[in-house]
Amino acid sequence: MDSYTKKIRELASNLLKDNKVDMVIGFNQGTIPMATSPQVARTPEQALEFVWNSNCSINLANYLSNQKGKIGIVAKGCDSRNIVTHIIENKISREQLHIIGVPCTGMLDKVKISSSIDGEILSYSEEGDTITLKTKSSEQNIVKNDFLASNCETCTHRNPVIYDDLVADLVTEQKIDDPFKDVRKIEEMDSDAKWNHFENLLENCIRCYACRNACPLCYCPTCFVDESDPQWVGKGQNNIDVRTFHFLRAYHCAGRCTDCGACEQACPMDIKVRDFTRKLNKDALEIYGWEAGLTLEQRPPLDTFNPEDPDEFIK
Amino acid sequence: MKVIKIDKNSWTKGIDKSREAYKLFGPVKDKTIVIFKELEQGMFPEMEYTDSVLSAKSVIFPQTEKILGGSLDESIEDHHILKRPDTNYSPRAVLGIRPYDAKAIQLVKLNFDTEDYRDPYWCDAYEATTFIGLAINEPSAFDFSTLTDTGPFGEEGLDILLVDCKEEYLAKVLTDKGETFLKASGFEESANTKPSLKTIKALQSKAEKAITSKIDSSKIKDKTILELYEAPFWDDLAFSCINCGTCTYVCPTCWCFDIQDETRGKTCSRFRNWDTCMDPLFTMHGSGHNPRGEKTQRVRQRFMHKLKYFLDKYDKGIMCVGCGRCVKHCPVNIDIREVCNTMNSYEKQE
Ligand code: SF4
Ligand code: SF4
Ligand code: SF4
Ligand code: SF4
Repeated sequence: MDSYTKKIRELASNLLKDNKVDMVIGFNQGTIPMATSPQVARTPEQALEFVWNSNCSINLANYLSNQKGKIGIVAKGCDSRNIVTHIIENKISREQLHIIGVPCTGMLDKVKISSSIDGEILSYSEEGDTITLKTKSSEQNIVKNDFLASNCETCTHRNPVIYDDLVADLVTEQKIDDPFKDVRKIEEMDSDAKWNHFENLLENCIRCYACRNACPLCYCPTCFVDESDPQWVGKGQNNIDVRTFHFLRAYHCAGRCTDCGACEQACPMDIKVRDFTRKLNKDALEIYGWEAGLTLEQRPPLDTFNPEDPDEFIK
Repeated sequence: MKVIKIDKNSWTKGIDKSREAYKLFGPVKDKTIVIFKELEQGMFPEMEYTDSVLSAKSVIFPQTEKILGGSLDESIEDHHILKRPDTNYSPRAVLGIRPYDAKAIQLVKLNFDTEDYRDPYWCDAYEATTFIGLAINEPSAFDFSTLTDTGPFGEEGLDILLVDCKEEYLAKVLTDKGETFLKASGFEESANTKPSLKTIKALQSKAEKAITSKIDSSKIKDKTILELYEAPFWDDLAFSCINCGTCTYVCPTCWCFDIQDETRGKTCSRFRNWDTCMDPLFTMHGSGHNPRGEKTQRVRQRFMHKLKYFLDKYDKGIMCVGCGRCVKHCPVNIDIREVCNTMNSYEKQE
């Protein structure tokens, strides 16, 4: 990953040096093991702080909303798909962007890692597919692919879909036989089991909205849950209100979600909120043959009407 | 100082006995995380945990609490009159609360129990509660509590401090409330005080030494509010923040709440919910004007409140007990230790 870091620094600092952009958005190293922090560089020197590793799971497209000027942005596969979504939703124009594309090899699931390691992780490093973790009493090597975030396990768009530069050669895309196995498992439950599944899923939600705020799709000036006149939904911990938030958030992402996983990575309570959005992604694919953010040439299925649109589901 | 010895083999039996007199709360492992919950029959506190995602704050200050209720049905007497609900304030005990969380409750108390005003909900719950702390023998890398006037063996706000000594707990009895709880649990075997305190002291200094974070807030009190408020670093510091409620909801010292009225059929209720200064709604005026409409202003508010306004107002240190939760759970790694050091070392350029 060091070569990625080096290349990102070089490209970003040159863009700033040559005045091609006003700022570059990338990741800086975090203050704790396995953390990175989205940052903006406005000078070539600041761009030399950028890093790349398997903990860059936050979606940087989220930081484009309402930015002015010419922007450089570091983008892995899913970030680039959300940039496409931003462009077709008129949040930003293609001309405003200089995209530093990162062919991605997947991001890590921190919770999965820390729960399989004895002791607290005090330091982290990676070299190719090997992750080295140090605890107080031991040093352990793990294989990156065994601990991928679950969205990365089934990702088939690791390469950026649009870019102006690439930090490395494109990677081979994964072939996934059955990418929606998890969704099907829930679909096959009877209604009681389904109900229990979702009740259990949301049991610990504290409505901190980290899932919503980490999501690049959630850029409404006022989210429906924050609306007070009319107030669509109660603000407390009542189950119905918690569910309403989650159901509606998911539906607002229908046909737009790129399954980047930022929501789950951000959730402090380790709630698998992608159980909602993935069902809608599956529907979008099965009904409309649509995966979000792959092309600038086509409108998303839910903002166009076509007499040939499938309508089986409304009968 | 009295020290009681609790053989770990008699722990669950004693806990069960205490249930006759107390409603119990404690840390429990729930799926992949540890949180504080009411311990129903058959549930016991998880005593091996390092950090819980949520603190014990909610035992006294629930995330959603009904504070008034009434009826809109004009056929009954007292309709349209809001009354305090019948909340159960029988004795409660929080088991296994960490010293920094107990100290945090003392900081929150400064707000809910003042000379001029006593918040009845918070105070009644507080008074009903016995706090049974669990010293931290091995602080995590996130813990910086020694730098915030508490520490892994801190006693402030506790009624009992339990120290894990492998086969047994040594229980320092700190208050009468603590003594009563131990009696009710049948934990009455006195330990030899002097050697026990020596054992505890040794564990304590080992634990304190294990904390290596550096945070310094000593110079903040000498700077003016405006100097810090107008400092140039806030925009960059706030850039990555996504304005979620994580850092404030996981924080044991954050005390802000919002009041909401809800009706259902003819029943009406007034609730209070945790609120967070990170949310734009927090300061939204009825007119539509928002004095903290920008993200930077909200991030600044959080740190200025914790590290400056609180310090100036109460002269009780900073509004942070060093639990490290916000550092660990912030999705974009905004680290209060760094912010504190930045504020502390900031010198205004003339
Ligand atoms: S981030 Fe997690 S806890 Fe917060 S609102 Fe979303 S699901 Fe709930
Ligand atoms: S500092 Fe971190 S946890 Fe707090 S609101 Fe910002 S992003 Fe969320
Ligand atoms: S500010 Fe952060 S470290 Fe300090 S008490 Fe709150 S959550 Fe813990
Ligand atoms: S930091 Fe914010 S949420 Fe926490 S107590 Fe202060 S104003 Fe309230």
